[in-house]
Amino acid sequence: MTGRRSETGASPAPDAAGLGRLRATGFLVPSLVLILFFLVVPAAWTIYLGVTNYRLTGLAAANPEIVGLDNYTRALGDERFRTSLLLTLQFVLGSAVIGQAGLGFAIAYALRDRRGPLRRVVEGFVLLSWILPSSVVAFLWIALLDRDGGTLNTLLGIPGTAWLLDHPMLSIIVFNTWRGTAFSMMLYAAALENVPRSHLETARLAGASTWQQLRDVVFPRIRGHVLTNLLLISLWTFNDFAPFLITAGGPEQRSEILPVYVYKVALSGGELGFGAAISFVMLLINLVIALVYLRMLGRRKEKV
Amino acid sequence: MSTATSTAPAPRRDAPAAEASGIAVRHVLARIGRYVFLCAVLGFFALPLLWLATAPFDDTPTITASLPQFTLDNFRALLDNPYALSSLLNSVYLAAGTAALVVTFAALAAYALSRVRVPGRDALLYGLLLLSSIVTGTATMVPLFELAFRLNLIDSRLGVILILSGGLLPAAIFILKDFMDGTPTSYEESARVFGASPLQIVRHIVVPLVRPGLATVGVWAVANVWGNFLVPFLLLRGPEKAPAAVIMYTLYTEGGQADLRLLSTFSLLYSLPVALMFVFVSSRYGFRFHGGIKR
Repeated sequence: MTGRRSETGASPAPDAAGLGRLRATGFLVPSLVLILFFLVVPAAWTIYLGVTNYRLTGLAAANPEIVGLDNYTRALGDERFRTSLLLTLQFVLGSAVIGQAGLGFAIAYALRDRRGPLRRVVEGFVLLSWILPSSVVAFLWIALLDRDGGTLNTLLGIPGTAWLLDHPMLSIIVFNTWRGTAFSMMLYAAALENVPRSHLETARLAGASTWQQLRDVVFPRIRGHVLTNLLLISLWTFNDFAPFLITAGGPEQRSEILPVYVYKVALSGGELGFGAAISFVMLLINLVIALVYLRMLGRRKEKV
Repeated sequence: MSTATSTAPAPRRDAPAAEASGIAVRHVLARIGRYVFLCAVLGFFALPLLWLATAPFDDTPTITASLPQFTLDNFRALLDNPYALSSLLNSVYLAAGTAALVVTFAALAAYALSRVRVPGRDALLYGLLLLSSIVTGTATMVPLFELAFRLNLIDSRLGVILILSGGLLPAAIFILKDFMDGTPTSYEESARVFGASPLQIVRHIVVPLVRPGLATVGVWAVANVWGNFLVPFLLLRGPEKAPAAVIMYTLYTEGGQADLRLLSTFSLLYSLPVALMFVFVSSRYGFRFHGGIKR
């Protein structure tokens, strides 16, 4: 659903209803005001707050001072920040690039020429895990991984394994793979429809292995989809707050990805200035991913 | 592709029968492998959901998913908790408010952008797209909190609605502009010939024409707000105004032993609307991409 992106090409016909420029501008104003206030201003404000020592309470709350790049140098020297950055990288690579994209493609490929109940049931469950509210699925996973009575330990016959305490990163990576595979699955399902069945059939009859078929027939035709998919899910996973609902960054900050880190430092800890500096770093990373994505969209549109 | 076809004829000439049976065996193995894989996938995705299906109806719900001793008594726990049902109402309020705002504002903007040559339109659309993908609630929670504080929107449901709308609007404008670009202008032209004013045309001609698009955006906005945890969690103080997403979280994090009767029935009730919406949308329109994303 998020996938529909319009082309910014020519309109079908200019102003059929006789709206006129003035009224057209009037139509735009309500949206633009909201966007200005709640997207542009926060982004700009992040930059300002990031160079202050602003705090939620205390002296610096009343009179914040400009401290220049202190917050940034402090972040760079901060062990906790660097660890958090590294954990975030693990989280994005593990759950988005490998987990969601890999599993999503595998499911789409396994289902490619199937119609009927099996396909509907598999797709239904994958989509269900995507659409349920995050605080509900977070608790479902806490229940699943519970040390003593969890369904997983009961099934495996290993009661007492504390997944969330002993393997917090693995837990949230598997959780996020479960949570987000639906998007990749649907995208690759649409992409695989562009691969002519006859080509696959020919390759198969010629004795090409599955891997050879994927490499020589499938992949060259869906390369664009793969890139789109990887960039979008990386962006979303990077900004995902749901792990907070499961591990809250713990134990001992061992699953403290950047969103959780910012929340803890800025809003629980009250260091708004320092938190804003970290937020700005996050915005920059988002910007890089989004620019690469848009660049690619533009280039492909030129080719079409 | 080319390598595969060129190597094919050679072995076939040597031992056609062996080759054919080899392919057949491999084919069967591949089929079995595929079934095993799909069953594993099904298990992986269904396993966490089991508890949600069994615990609400279990006489003595535990943390383990198991065949329930069927009862509906657990749902009484919802009535006993002061915030359970009211939080669902809060969620409805936030979702409906945001959806109404997003659909109305985005429709107006999308129509203007689709039909009138506003100067700098393409740059504007490009900028909006970029902005909405970068400025996420997670990355800007600090300034959003600050902003809400300054605008006196802390602990205000209106504040949550405005902030969520701001985040959803760019994508909504995009989706709707796509729809509007795809609708013919001839109706608008003939209505104009008959002397209808521009606003009449928009209300009586354009809105009915793009109703499917409006519905899509509405459903999409509701689904987004219904599950959103972070923004209400940051901005709303106290449980009276909190939506179900936040109450759900407090139910399992606060105050000692979690009440599994309440948690399970509440989870189910809270999940039901989005699940139903999903069933409705997928049965009516089909829930998949039609290759549209590749551009």
